[in-house]
Amino acid sequence: MVTLYINGLKVSVEKGTTLLEAAQFLGFPIPTLCHMEGLSPYGACRLCVVEIGEGPRAKLVSSCTYPVEEGLKVRTASSRVIRARKMVLELLLASCPQSKIIQDLAAAHDIRKQRFRQEYEDCILCGLCVRMCEEQMMAKAIGFRGRGQNRSLGTPFDMNSDVCRQCGGCMYVCPACSLRCTYTEPEKAICGGCANLSPPCLEKEEFDDMMCYMQPCVACEIKKN
Amino acid sequence: MASEEISTIVEKVGSSKGGLISILEEIQAKYSYLPEDALRAVAEETGRSLVDIYGVATFYRAFSLKPRGKHLISVCLGTACHVRGGPAIAEEIERQLGIKGGETTSDNEFTLETVNCLGACALGPVVVADGHYFSKMKISMVKGILDKVRVGLDRVEIDTDQRVFPLEVSCARCNHSLLDARNVIDGHPSIRITVSFGNKHGWFCLSSLYGSYEVSSEYDIPTDTIVNVFCPHCHAELIGGAKCGECGAPMVPMIVRGGGVVQICSRRGCKGHLLDLGGAASE
Ligand code: SF4
Ligand code: SF4
Ligand code: SF4
Ligand code: FES
Repeated sequence: MVTLYINGLKVSVEKGTTLLEAAQFLGFPIPTLCHMEGLSPYGACRLCVVEIGEGPRAKLVSSCTYPVEEGLKVRTASSRVIRARKMVLELLLASCPQSKIIQDLAAAHDIRKQRFRQEYEDCILCGLCVRMCEEQMMAKAIGFRGRGQNRSLGTPFDMNSDVCRQCGGCMYVCPACSLRCTYTEPEKAICGGCANLSPPCLEKEEFDDMMCYMQPCVACEIKKN
Repeated sequence: MASEEISTIVEKVGSSKGGLISILEEIQAKYSYLPEDALRAVAEETGRSLVDIYGVATFYRAFSLKPRGKHLISVCLGTACHVRGGPAIAEEIERQLGIKGGETTSDNEFTLETVNCLGACALGPVVVADGHYFSKMKISMVKGILDKVRVGLDRVEIDTDQRVFPLEVSCARCNHSLLDARNVIDGHPSIRITVSFGNKHGWFCLSSLYGSYEVSSEYDIPTDTIVNVFCPHCHAELIGGAKCGECGAPMVPMIVRGGGVVQICSRRGCKGHLLDLGGAASE
């Protein structure tokens, strides 16, 4: 067992537990976006930052990937943590404002607007879909491609994947909600529904009651045409 | 695309977990790009998922998923070349070829790419055309170079071309000059070294012109052999810590008269090399 202090409270947890799990065990809320139970931690969104250590050596780490350490002092809601979290949320809003999940998180943190150049990305590269597809669906149909600015998500060669199970798992977990695996053949895709406030694809005749199958996704068309 | 060819490559390089990049490198070297079928074959042969392979293939700039043109033009946009006007050179080449960086002309003649530092900063802005370095590029030079590349740079008259310059090199250990006036290559004394590979040991002369790959040697060295190189005077092995940026083989360092080091790849047929004039300009 490892004993540490979260917001001053002493807690003993199994070795290998993450700070996020330990904090949740005590009931301290930490917002997450790229974390999901049952999927391996990835640490992409940085929303779950907490502050560890003391004095000048205190630093911010992502709690979903940081394993507990003996005697560690953790603060889950210091002013530095809140500032960082708000910044992350503003950046997320700047890249993917149409996401209901991001909107909700922003609202919960009292963010009304963001200060950056507005974009309309259809993916925040959180990797949830990739992990879902690989770890739960055992399909490995989609993955990251390219790097830096050109990093994107999808099937190899952007082709209909022959290993995709059409389970919709990727879509289910996606905070930006785009189906990556079957968009080349909308007729075959299954729609998990969209958490957007007003799914724009509903108004498109050819896609009638379907959502999510287009590249770029209809929500993102705003950016691309 | 014969999938047996891919099997051979996979077998040769090994299907160990870390071997993927080497496999892709071999395929790229063979076809000059990574054909889709080849990637699928690699997935089959190695038992890895296509997603992972595709991810690696698109991650590294060295790999291309599209066929490349006959001639490869690389414009350096590293910091030094950037401040010395690299972007203007790149733009001019883009304009003349009608393509953007990373693209290939529709007649498949030219592929243009921009790179981040070639390690020849003192000579910037630098453009490399089919392995030949052009230093201190000016916009007015672009047309001439493209014309020459089209004809084939290796056929260009070296004596009249001011941009190609001979290097005078010596052994890093005994400092004896390696130039051999009796063996002339490209109209200049050649660089003479001793090479050994397998159980052969003999002389090897290479052109002292930077950018020329003319050689003559006592034994025929099969392509792809990695050789050990020795100074013919003090018999010390010419070896440094560096690895070739193109193929990973050890680099052979030699001291350049006037300051600096030139390194050439020890793999026969590999054109990897590095020139560091240590701040001393080449004029
Ligand atoms: S729908 Fe296809 S790509 Fe998406 S999680 Fe399922 S198998 Fe993977
Ligand atoms: S498609 Fe969705 S789940 Fe997948 S990385 Fe992008 S935002 Fe995350
Ligand atoms: S409308 Fe469809 S494609 Fe667009 S964000 Fe919503 S679910 Fe995704
Ligand atoms: S939830 Fe921890 S980094 Fe995304």
